[in-house]
Amino acid sequence: MQTILSIGADALAYGMVLFVISIGLSLTMGLMKVVNLAHGAFAMIGGYIASYLTQQMGLHFGFAMLAAVLGTVLIAIPLERLLYRRIYGAPELTQVLMTIGITFAIIGIANFLMGPTLKTIALPPELQGPVDIGFRTIAAHKLFAAAVGIVVAGALWFLIERTPFVVRLRASVDDAAMAGALGVRTRMVYAVSFAVAIGLAALGGVVGAQLLPIEPYYALRYMVTFLVVVSVGGAGSIPGALIACLLLGAVETTGRYLMPEFGEFFFYLAVIAIVCIFPNGLLGRAK
Amino acid sequence: MSLFSIRNLNKHFGGLAVTDHVSFSLEKGNRVALIGPNGAGKTTLVNLVTGHIKPDSGEVFLDNQNITSLSPSARVKAGLVRSFQVTRLFSEMTPEEHVALAILQRRGRSGHIFAHYRAMPEVMAELRDILGLLNLDALARIPVSDIAYGQQRLLEIALVMALRPKVLLLDEPAAGLPSTDTVLIEKALAQLPPDLAVLMIEHDMDFVFRFAQRVIVLAAGAVIFDGTPQAVAADARVREAYLGSYAA
Amino acid sequence: MTGFPVSAATTPNLWQRSARADAIAVLVVAATALVLFLLFPQSLALLTRIVAIMLLVLSLDLVTGYSGVATLGHATVFGAGAYAAGILAARFGVADPLLMLAIGALAGALAGGVSSLVILRGHGLGQLVLSIAIVQLAHEMANKFSSWTGGSDGLSGIMPSPLFGLFRFDLWGRTGYWLAVALLIIVFLVLRAVVRSPFGMLCRGIKQDPVRVRAMGAPVYFTLVKMYAIAGAVAGLGGALSAISTKVVGLDSLSFSLSAEALVMLVLGGTGKIFGAMLGTIVFVWFEDIVSAINPFHWLTIVGVLLVVVVLFAPKGLVGAIESVVSRMRGRKT
Repeated sequence: MQTILSIGADALAYGMVLFVISIGLSLTMGLMKVVNLAHGAFAMIGGYIASYLTQQMGLHFGFAMLAAVLGTVLIAIPLERLLYRRIYGAPELTQVLMTIGITFAIIGIANFLMGPTLKTIALPPELQGPVDIGFRTIAAHKLFAAAVGIVVAGALWFLIERTPFVVRLRASVDDAAMAGALGVRTRMVYAVSFAVAIGLAALGGVVGAQLLPIEPYYALRYMVTFLVVVSVGGAGSIPGALIACLLLGAVETTGRYLMPEFGEFFFYLAVIAIVCIFPNGLLGRAK
Repeated sequence: MSLFSIRNLNKHFGGLAVTDHVSFSLEKGNRVALIGPNGAGKTTLVNLVTGHIKPDSGEVFLDNQNITSLSPSARVKAGLVRSFQVTRLFSEMTPEEHVALAILQRRGRSGHIFAHYRAMPEVMAELRDILGLLNLDALARIPVSDIAYGQQRLLEIALVMALRPKVLLLDEPAAGLPSTDTVLIEKALAQLPPDLAVLMIEHDMDFVFRFAQRVIVLAAGAVIFDGTPQAVAADARVREAYLGSYAA
Repeated sequence: MTGFPVSAATTPNLWQRSARADAIAVLVVAATALVLFLLFPQSLALLTRIVAIMLLVLSLDLVTGYSGVATLGHATVFGAGAYAAGILAARFGVADPLLMLAIGALAGALAGGVSSLVILRGHGLGQLVLSIAIVQLAHEMANKFSSWTGGSDGLSGIMPSPLFGLFRFDLWGRTGYWLAVALLIIVFLVLRAVVRSPFGMLCRGIKQDPVRVRAMGAPVYFTLVKMYAIAGAVAGLGGALSAISTKVVGLDSLSFSLSAEALVMLVLGGTGKIFGAMLGTIVFVWFEDIVSAINPFHWLTIVGVLLVVVVLFAPKGLVGAIESVVSRMRGRKT
């Protein structure tokens, strides 16, 4: 029983970190129809900024988190204008290649600037200690990660269900000329959506840095995980991504507790089973 | 027994009957036009006949054989072939390759790994016949993406001819062409084998009158008229279906 | 690639002409191999590795370039061939190089056929993810069954016996190199025939419009599984060649990154072209060898930028760019 609860708590924390990072990618792929494999690279950039600000400049974690999100978005905007804009609507393979290219370049540059070693983010005292949750103690930063995940899910739900922004985005994706004729500033809509997605990646990179440590190969190491989570959940679906993250988080964590020698074997077995049964993801819309 | 028949075909999407007790049959050599206003359910009917959608009830027969449960490709092999309203061709391949592939497929040789159609005299002979018949031989070795749209429509017909069907569903063969080019398509259709049964979906009524001996009108998923082209314009239900309350 | 408007009646022996083109191409490959052998006698191991990877990229070209299946897990079939040949030699003592190649091809074909049953169930993103999941699964399995595969230490103890009982796999790698070149020429000829065959045309048709292929009554799924098995055999040969020439098999031969790199090489050279796959591999692996020696991260930056440039400015790859330059020059002359 103790083990089950322990696994549950860790799975929840891991799943929520996955969620915060992947949800941005899910929006990019589901709403903007762009397979952005460089998503993890932006999460990594966010992590690097927060690490630099807390460790080298001694700034507070909260401020560093905010600055990391803004800083990553600032880096991403020129990339959107120069590169991403050219692959909107292109075949998946083209998008995959271009964004793998961007990822490789970011890894190389990150190593050049920051070195190949692991970087940590200094946590404020409130997030450092363990918290007693009845049956066991759990690291405070894991609880924080889960809380951030819940807040992000709620905020996105509000944005999508309660504001007209997503309607404009869908219109821009489906028929840019028509949306433009109706007064939608499609380029602006794309840029804002992209910025939101990248901002979420950066946030996830910072919040999840204790579980997914920041180093140059971060962008490649977790690229597959994020992509898999999105396709299992169904691109563009917030509840789908949430379920996928919790489910795959649980499979991965359970596997690691009980059969560590199998590594990610069960994780990918689950992925194959789910994608075969639900080709559009658990809650994805049929094309 | 007719060459091809549809018996009491039904299909609902949600509460909407898109195909409503449709029955008709075709004999060898028939030239039949299927017309109907937008949303009458023509596309659904084509998909039911070709096997891309399963009907809720009803049956499709070809040559005394019940083909209702056959897969789309098995129906093609049985002799039921369709053309496409929007040209679906392999843009990087040449007309020659298109027709060769269709001939090889019909002869059961499209899976051969170590062979080449140019080394098969009987395939080459048939290929030249078909391309010559449709005046496509001068374009035989140019990628389809580089040839004019009218010629692509002709190639569409060449492809279905190469499959030697018993029953042919022509989905708007002249779609997207200026009326001057429609003549080319009509000439091509005149070259189809005489004992082939053709069901043509078409909007251009002049074309329909020149081509068809018989017209079937579909409205709201049901057959409302099945008779000669001469009688169709006079039929009150057809007028109502097309013109709505204006006709009343 | 664009043909000229020649009517079918006037050139009945175009078939013979393509046989002549094959002969010329083989001579070019053989001559290049000889020149490289004379120029870089110290780098035969690298050149042999290039050929092994070239077979992987050619295999990927069959599946992605000719048949339109998007995959980021193609190292599965390469690794299957490498491990099958390696295990045969290291665990069962069957060290005849030709037998190892045959087993590698067989294992690759089997792995290709079986994995395609899963991969082809998905489309677009789902297909990519399934292909990734399969290579990761294979990687974890190879890691887990370390008593057979050597796990993360790699499979060692592969001692191939002399080729035809005459040529030993020497320290300089001469035997390995010429075996690789011979293999490449054979595969090259077979693939040229396959892509022009009715079956190859069918696969190209499926890439461009599967709906039309079905409307012609041809099977899409089965045809692609068959192509996957053929491609698997080609990559499996590459894997076995790598096992024979390097005498070790590592987990990296069954990895996502090798799969992604193979795709990059293919796109760099040009998809849907046999020469594209070959040129892309040479350029990529050779530059990687030079730049990585200085700093592997610089190499990543260069590949990244190169990839972006190719996607934006030369979507048909190096060979595509060369072809368009050549045809423009020809157009100016006539």
